Amino acid sequence: MSSIIEIRSLGKKYKLAEVQRYLALRDLLSNAGRQLFNKKQKPKEFWALHDIDLDIQPGDRVGIIGRNGAGKTTLLKILSKITPPTTGNIKLHGRIASLLEVGTGFHPELTGRENIFLNGAILGLSKKEIQQKLDEIIDFSGVENFIDMPLKHYSSGMQLRLAFSVAAHLEPEILLIDEVLAVGDFEFQKKCLGKMEEVSKKDGRTILFVSHDLSAISTLTEKCLLLDKGAMISFDKTKKIIDRYAGLMALNKEFISEPVDNAPAITRVELKTSENNNLQAHGKPLSILFEITMPFENYPNLALSFQVFNHLNQPVLFNWIFDYEKNICRKKGKNYLRFTYEELRLYKGSYFIRVHLAETKARKKFQQIDCCYFTVEMINLKEPEWGWSEAVCQFLDEGKWEYE
Amino acid sequence: MKNVTTNIRPPSGFSLGFKELWQYRELFYFFTWRDVKVRYKQTYLGVLWALLQPLGMMLIFTFIFSRTLKIETGAIPYPVFVLSGLILWGLFNNSVSHAAESMIQNANIIKKIYFPRLIIPCSAILVALFDFLMALLVFIILCIWYKQPVAWNALFYFPAGILLTLFAAFGAGTFFAALNIKYRDFRYVVPFLLQVLFFSSQVIYPLQLINRSYLKYILAVNPLNGAIELFRAPLTGSPPDMNIILISSATALLLAAIGLFYFRKTENYFADIA
Repeated sequence: MSSIIEIRSLGKKYKLAEVQRYLALRDLLSNAGRQLFNKKQKPKEFWALHDIDLDIQPGDRVGIIGRNGAGKTTLLKILSKITPPTTGNIKLHGRIASLLEVGTGFHPELTGRENIFLNGAILGLSKKEIQQKLDEIIDFSGVENFIDMPLKHYSSGMQLRLAFSVAAHLEPEILLIDEVLAVGDFEFQKKCLGKMEEVSKKDGRTILFVSHDLSAISTLTEKCLLLDKGAMISFDKTKKIIDRYAGLMALNKEFISEPVDNAPAITRVELKTSENNNLQAHGKPLSILFEITMPFENYPNLALSFQVFNHLNQPVLFNWIFDYEKNICRKKGKNYLRFTYEELRLYKGSYFIRVHLAETKARKKFQQIDCCYFTVEMINLKEPEWGWSEAVCQFLDEGKWEYE
Repeated sequence: MKNVTTNIRPPSGFSLGFKELWQYRELFYFFTWRDVKVRYKQTYLGVLWALLQPLGMMLIFTFIFSRTLKIETGAIPYPVFVLSGLILWGLFNNSVSHAAESMIQNANIIKKIYFPRLIIPCSAILVALFDFLMALLVFIILCIWYKQPVAWNALFYFPAGILLTLFAAFGAGTFFAALNIKYRDFRYVVPFLLQVLFFSSQVIYPLQLINRSYLKYILAVNPLNGAIELFRAPLTGSPPDMNIILISSATALLLAAIGLFYFRKTENYFADIA
């Protein structure tokens, strides 16, 4: 069978000036002035993607995973022609539609019905096609009762439903999806995943799906592309890739960074696991050390919190500390906090920590960091008859049985 | 796979891409429809704004230049004279300023979905054209009110004047839109440039008042002068000054070419810098 997408030695280079986004004429003039005296500096460049070669067959459902900045979104943007590649080429045999965030082009003043037309047209449907599918779209969205009300009165969940509903009724041969399922209620997410699955199975449609939600990736896709720092690490069965991804992330054992100007910053996060190499024994103490660097003394209303995520990117534990309850990080410069689970009850598996640094009063978030990958093993514990099987639970607590 | 094969490669060469624009022709309509509709909903007066502005200006200018300064406009009553210029100016002014802002306003869409970018400033111009047609109705009513005779050749001269204005507006609009995305403070320059164009065009005074012909022809570089010349010819009954029209048409076409070329050249990277 011939491929529906052929990618050949694809690369995308950004100049750092473009990363800094737009310019001001003012800068241009002042640079020109400076350049009279200095030699011209070459702008720094970096490759967001390089040497990508990939063939995707019709009907494949392919997940794309990788850390932040791995080039996932850049790849989708090139595929959907939003930005051109610097090198290489792509051949697409079929119509393509992209959902880089649903609801693009929605206008709050227009009614739901009007937005269906607008959004559909932007996504490439003709007016006639939209009219034919209008009832179906409204029906699927589940917002019939509000369809003639301006969109600004919709909740964000309702907007998402409507947006997804339009998108689900596009009929391209190739559908690109980026992180759409991050919001919306669970029921609707399931419905969307179901719809996508149905579409790709029944009509043999090809789907490319970028998400951080590894559980969605593993249910929806059978093949996966793993990217890291713009390069293609592997393209294989989803299960294999997810394991490989976990391995890649595990290299990331502690977090160290430079302080930022004039804002509180997390400058280090370190785990103290019960065993070496970020390996933690179930039921043993685990502590996490945070180094927070403050710009000045007596900084008020700081909030530090962290979540523990499992290998499918689902949160399992959450802990926090607030300055207004007990003053924290009041020194200028480095401050240290330590959190300890006396007996960590997580079941065996791999986990990581997401740290949030924020200010409670202004509701401002300074940082969010994913770091400190660690594995939990059931060490020195009496094994049950059947052994410690994978993924039977996330949490194993002690309790008491009573029986007659 | 059936039907279409798309090739994505690094940008090279230059093409006008009319074929693609034709494929996406419905989007012109949808963007224009959206902007007209939203304005209806957001303001109580809706489309009346499009009429109040030129009418208000007409009253002010009539008071200043006809009653006070006594500008000679020949056979045409001053209100008719000034409104004929003002509505064309309004078409140009709104087209250029909306088009210049349009790319930034739609940055969200540009960053996420592909379609020929040219559709956005063009739709902004179509919205301005819609306003103009409303204003034109008012102008016709005013002509009837003043019993202003209009020669039959208006059927040719009016559309020609409008077309000339649209060409110039398209050029300046697309050029500014592209510049606006690249240099964010360019938007502060646009109103100033428009003001210069306003006062160098024969909206409030007839170009015939200027006796030195070389100065007249320098001013004709402003395409609005040619457009208004065409537009007023059926009202005065005398033939338009063809030199002015030729010079203005040349600048309008040149502007349109520059705008289109620059826009096309930079549009590939809009999503990266928007």
